[in-house]
Amino acid sequence: MVAVTQATARERDASHADAITIPAERLPELGGPVKMKARGLKLWYSDKQALAGINLDVPERKVTAFIGPSGCGKTTFLQCLNRMNDTIEGVRIEGDVTLDGADVYDRSVDVVQLRARVGMVFQKPNPFPKSIYDNVAYGPRIHGLATNRGDLDGIVESSLQRAGLWNEVKDRLGEMATGMSGGQQQRLCIARTIAVSPEVILMDEPCSALDPISTARVEELIDELRDNYTIVIVTHNLQQAARVSQLTAFFHLGRLIEVNDTAEVFQNPGESMTKDYITGRFG
Amino acid sequence: MSLTFFTIVLLGLACTGYVMGRRRAMALARSQTAALHSRPVYHGWYVALACGLPAIVIWVAALTIGDQLIESAIIASLPQELRDASGPVLNRFLADAETLAKGGQPAIDVTPALVAASERFGNLRTLEHWIGFAGALGLGLIGFGLAYRRLSTALRVRQPVERLLMFVLLLAATASILTTVGIVFSVLFESIRFFSQVPIFEFLFGLQWSPQIAMRTDQVGSSGAFGAVPLFAGTLMVTFIAMLVAAPIGLMSAVYLAEYAHPRFRAGAKPMLEILAGVPTVVYGFFAALVVAPALRDAGASIGLLVASESAIAAGSVMGIMIIPFVSSLADDALAAVPNALRDASLGLGATRQETITRVVLPAALPGIVAGLLLAVSRAIGETMIVVMAAGLAANLTANPLEAVTTVTVQIVTLLVGDQEFDSAKTLAAFALGLVLFIITLGLNVIALRVVQKYREKVE
Repeated sequence: MVAVTQATARERDASHADAITIPAERLPELGGPVKMKARGLKLWYSDKQALAGINLDVPERKVTAFIGPSGCGKTTFLQCLNRMNDTIEGVRIEGDVTLDGADVYDRSVDVVQLRARVGMVFQKPNPFPKSIYDNVAYGPRIHGLATNRGDLDGIVESSLQRAGLWNEVKDRLGEMATGMSGGQQQRLCIARTIAVSPEVILMDEPCSALDPISTARVEELIDELRDNYTIVIVTHNLQQAARVSQLTAFFHLGRLIEVNDTAEVFQNPGESMTKDYITGRFG
Repeated sequence: MSLTFFTIVLLGLACTGYVMGRRRAMALARSQTAALHSRPVYHGWYVALACGLPAIVIWVAALTIGDQLIESAIIASLPQELRDASGPVLNRFLADAETLAKGGQPAIDVTPALVAASERFGNLRTLEHWIGFAGALGLGLIGFGLAYRRLSTALRVRQPVERLLMFVLLLAATASILTTVGIVFSVLFESIRFFSQVPIFEFLFGLQWSPQIAMRTDQVGSSGAFGAVPLFAGTLMVTFIAMLVAAPIGLMSAVYLAEYAHPRFRAGAKPMLEILAGVPTVVYGFFAALVVAPALRDAGASIGLLVASESAIAAGSVMGIMIIPFVSSLADDALAAVPNALRDASLGLGATRQETITRVVLPAALPGIVAGLLLAVSRAIGETMIVVMAAGLAANLTANPLEAVTTVTVQIVTLLVGDQEFDSAKTLAAFALGLVLFIITLGLNVIALRVVQKYREKVE
């Protein structure tokens, strides 16, 4: 009995391997402005190809979720959006990624400016071993966003408020950020990203290291931030993707298998592979 | 009955005990239904120790007591005039009798009395060894028999054997600590003797250092002055120059290695840098004295500067090169310990690489870097060979790095080289200087440890 199940699973995997990445002309209509766009994006880590020509449109001021099994390329693709892959040895990239129509891999683009516009929140909370205040003020300081202490105080306060953290920390801004709870640290990292006024916020499994209550707080926050920012979130938690996102993209083995309105993907998936994944048959 | 023979016999006995004990335990395990409480190995050790330990104790005790008895027996047999002689003369006589008995050349004239004493000495020694050997062997065999007969499946031999093993480990762990404590106390007591001859205030704050004391009362000058300030100033200046060289170069090389270098370059360059730490300091010393110092003097002369051929700057700069590996290796470790998540966070906020290093990585690694620098300073203060060869002996109180200065370590060397009575102020001054050195380096190390500890509390 077990053997039979395994055999069918292997057959299904084999048929999945034949699936192709979505061509640009088959991308869904977004019904709104496109913030970021990828066309034919291929990426190799040394000899190993990790992305097989991804075409994807990221809608402005919406939450786009990337789902898929481990090693499917969703985090790799996310890192292409603000060129965090640049720091990795042996990475080769082909294809286009555009932000407001301008190629982010163009020679004229300053990666520093790009990352100020496309911020990133990481899987594990990574506050600097500095005070809460200095953590949030870090970005504004290096980008010279504040001319005096008053401006800087204002940026710090509004960022913390937007991240829903102000009331918890307003009396202890001078304390070490590393002394906060994991959930608070992650919201601080979001506040730190917001402080440089990015247009896009990339989140790489932002809740995977958090407990359910902290996760709920961060999800609420993501929902609030959508009014002002374009958000792309990678998640292993399918319920989370269903809760927070408006658009869902399903990746598998370096290919984009399906992308559509979140409700559509979860209730009426167009591809059998997507259906298998979200119903827990593989992945 | 030599010690070697005794050791071989005893070892043989203990090994036999081990093998037999183990075999008996295995036989017991086979023949009885009950399982062994302890493994056969422990039974072996149990028997071996039961015969070896008492034998050693008896052997040592027999020799200690025996030597006392022999000495008093020989003294009792000596002619009257020798027995009444003063302590040193009698001791000299006894020592020479012993030397003669062992077939050596005595320092005093060989008299019939000496020959008689030495013969007696030899006979008694042999007897003593035989008695000690017999006692040790007998007790060893008794221990062997008792332990062997006690062996049973239920015998809990693991606990005593392991406790003994723990005791041996403890002994090893405390050996270096006790040695250090012993050194500190010997230095401390000699320093107290020194301060009874030279006031501590004069030593710590006096500006004159000339430790030559007149050997004869009619000798000119040389009354001896023990003001150590010129030495402290010299040490400080050489250390300062060394850190001026080592800190920036060491830190910059560490930043390059940890943050910029290709892994393949780093893998090659780091061990190479650490080889610098393996060069004997005496090599650095003659490099400083024969290459750097003359070069500096000639370079100074060509621009009209008077540089002494033994100068603080020559010694300091070479010492700086010597400690670069300490600084860079410790700083590199501290930088490498900064999690990559922090670098990613900073880069992800749009910081440049240089901003990331100066604002995130260096501050996070700072305690480790500071600790490394402090260790380098204490190393520089204690360094001897380079300054002995390149800095000079003259106790100049000067702020000019181009002149010759002397350091605490150099003076300790010069004070102890040459013929001096051991209790003269000149010799004792070395202990006082050593004490000062010890206190300073200990203080630096304590501060370094505190800095690291405080940082850990802050991050966790």
